[in-house]
Amino acid sequence: MKSTNNKIISAKHINFFYKEFHALKDINLEISSQSVTAFIGPSGCGKSTFLRLFNRMNDLIHGTRIEGLCLVEGENIYAKGVDTDRLRKKVGMVFQKPNPFPKTIFENVAYGLRVNGMGDKQFISQRVETSLRSAALWEEVKDKLHKSAYALSGGQQQRLCIARALAVEPSILLMDEPASALDPISTARIEELIVRLKQNYTILIVTHNMQQASRISDQTGFFMMGELVEFGSTKQIFTAPEREQTYNYISGHFG
Amino acid sequence: MLAKRCNKLRERIVERIFSVSGAITTIAIVLIVVFLFREGFGLFGSSTIENGYSLFVNAKNDISSLSPTDTKRIFDGEITDWRDVGGKAGEIKVFRFDEIFNLYSEDAFGDNYALLPDKLAEVIDNNPTIIAFLPDKYAPKPSSVVKRLTDRRITAADFVLGTQWLPTATPSPLYGMLPLILGTLLVSLFAVILALPLGLGVAVYLSELSDNRIRRIMKPAVELLAGIPSVVYGFFGLAVLVPLVQRTFALPVGETAFSAGIVLAIMALPTIISVAEDALRSISPAMREASLALGATKWQTIYRVVIPCAKSGLLAAIVLGIGRAVGETMAVLMVSGNAAVMPHSLFESVRTIPATIAAELGEAPSDGTHYQALFMLGCILFIFTSIVSIAAEIITKKHHTSKEL
Repeated sequence: MKSTNNKIISAKHINFFYKEFHALKDINLEISSQSVTAFIGPSGCGKSTFLRLFNRMNDLIHGTRIEGLCLVEGENIYAKGVDTDRLRKKVGMVFQKPNPFPKTIFENVAYGLRVNGMGDKQFISQRVETSLRSAALWEEVKDKLHKSAYALSGGQQQRLCIARALAVEPSILLMDEPASALDPISTARIEELIVRLKQNYTILIVTHNMQQASRISDQTGFFMMGELVEFGSTKQIFTAPEREQTYNYISGHFG
Repeated sequence: MLAKRCNKLRERIVERIFSVSGAITTIAIVLIVVFLFREGFGLFGSSTIENGYSLFVNAKNDISSLSPTDTKRIFDGEITDWRDVGGKAGEIKVFRFDEIFNLYSEDAFGDNYALLPDKLAEVIDNNPTIIAFLPDKYAPKPSSVVKRLTDRRITAADFVLGTQWLPTATPSPLYGMLPLILGTLLVSLFAVILALPLGLGVAVYLSELSDNRIRRIMKPAVELLAGIPSVVYGFFGLAVLVPLVQRTFALPVGETAFSAGIVLAIMALPTIISVAEDALRSISPAMREASLALGATKWQTIYRVVIPCAKSGLLAAIVLGIGRAVGETMAVLMVSGNAAVMPHSLFESVRTIPATIAAELGEAPSDGTHYQALFMLGCILFIFTSIVSIAAEIITKKHHTSKEL
């Protein structure tokens, strides 16, 4: 059941609960492929929760519940019998803090391939190289592939985590404040990278940094208190928001 | 101003107290170890013959000294001919000091037994194949008729390689620790083989698989088990396990290395579970999320990421478990059967080093070789556990450096 348009993600009447807490309220949106979508909003507004719906990462939290329809490439990912491991291969994720494994740089990137039983030695080393090149890290680490990932700087570690996610060739990349723990130079490099990756991937990014959202995204969603207040093209959200709350937030009146 | 000064003074006093107590503790520990080794090493170089006694033979006998094992076998009647110990053929006549009183009347010894040595010399002279075990106090002077066997010294080889532990044998006690160390190894190894997979398995279950409610009940329960005194475990073993083992395997006695190993495994489990579970839980959820987000299954995440990350903590759990198994005394003393013989299988009675020390120290005179031998056993135990923890240290360090490379 492939969707006829090129909407790779669509959410219909999503309600989400942490036990009794109503964290997401009736969210509706559609995202087309090969675009960057930014989610902004004050802390605790539900934007990260929303992001983590698409690779079912919220399943790990005890006592959560979802209502509504969540489609990825036309498939209801919360239907019975959906293989979350397969879904997560298709929908990669980069976390707020760089979280490389205590393994070598090479093994970090190869991990996703190994656990999915993909390919022989040569295939893996080929894929590791292309992934590191895509993450703009290859030149910096090609001579120390077999050193620990912990020897890298924070920014390099985050790019390594991006390479790790790219290695399994997802079609969608979820990024949960990927640059918030990094210095400005590393942040700039990650942003460049995101813009470049857009050609091949659909990227959803949560950020606290509104300049970042305006620089890199095609469309932006503004969340507040579990509601998607406004969703539209980034240009429109930042220049002519329809809702007053959006205007107040992006102009720095609160949050 | 004054208040500030007072504060500074107080800080300095507290600082002093901490450094002094640290120093005292360190010194105390070092002194204990030094004492242990000093007492223990006194064993080597002591005479193999019981203190204050010597062995004598007729001067015509070519034997000039005997090994402790041969001495023991002669006095036990297992060796009856001098040929068997390298001498001229002739049936050995064993003579103990007391027997002199059967040969002569009290009067013959004169005042204060002044003539006793002469009489002993006479006996030795009359029996060319005699071996006499006599106290030094009344011993005849070596002469043309009497020969005193040269003392042998207890060597490290006697101690380490000896297969007989008979500390109260006369005239020549045997301190071969091999049966004890093998007993210890057998029991602890069996216990560790049982406890490690079980303990680590339970730890993985508790930290990764069980839901919160179960863990909230089980973790404190397991930790409670660690606090039960070992004598209680021993009692349980004796009352329940020993008869069960005896019946199940149709053994003459149920007090075997097998029972002791099981009791030890049960005792080591809580430590292993608790430490290992802490180690696994200390791994940041970010590691698990990273792995799961790449499409790894829960199990792949556990054995490819969580366990390798927690390696050093898991190793600590293993070392503590082994330490508990090797050093445990009371429960083993109760269920192992305490036979200081070379073990051949799990279903025999064995004696471990700690159990030996606990059982025998009270009966060993504090200046004798038996006492020193027990201390030497303590040293061996100490070396043993040190090797285990140093090995663990090295492995962890290796792991860490490879992480930082």
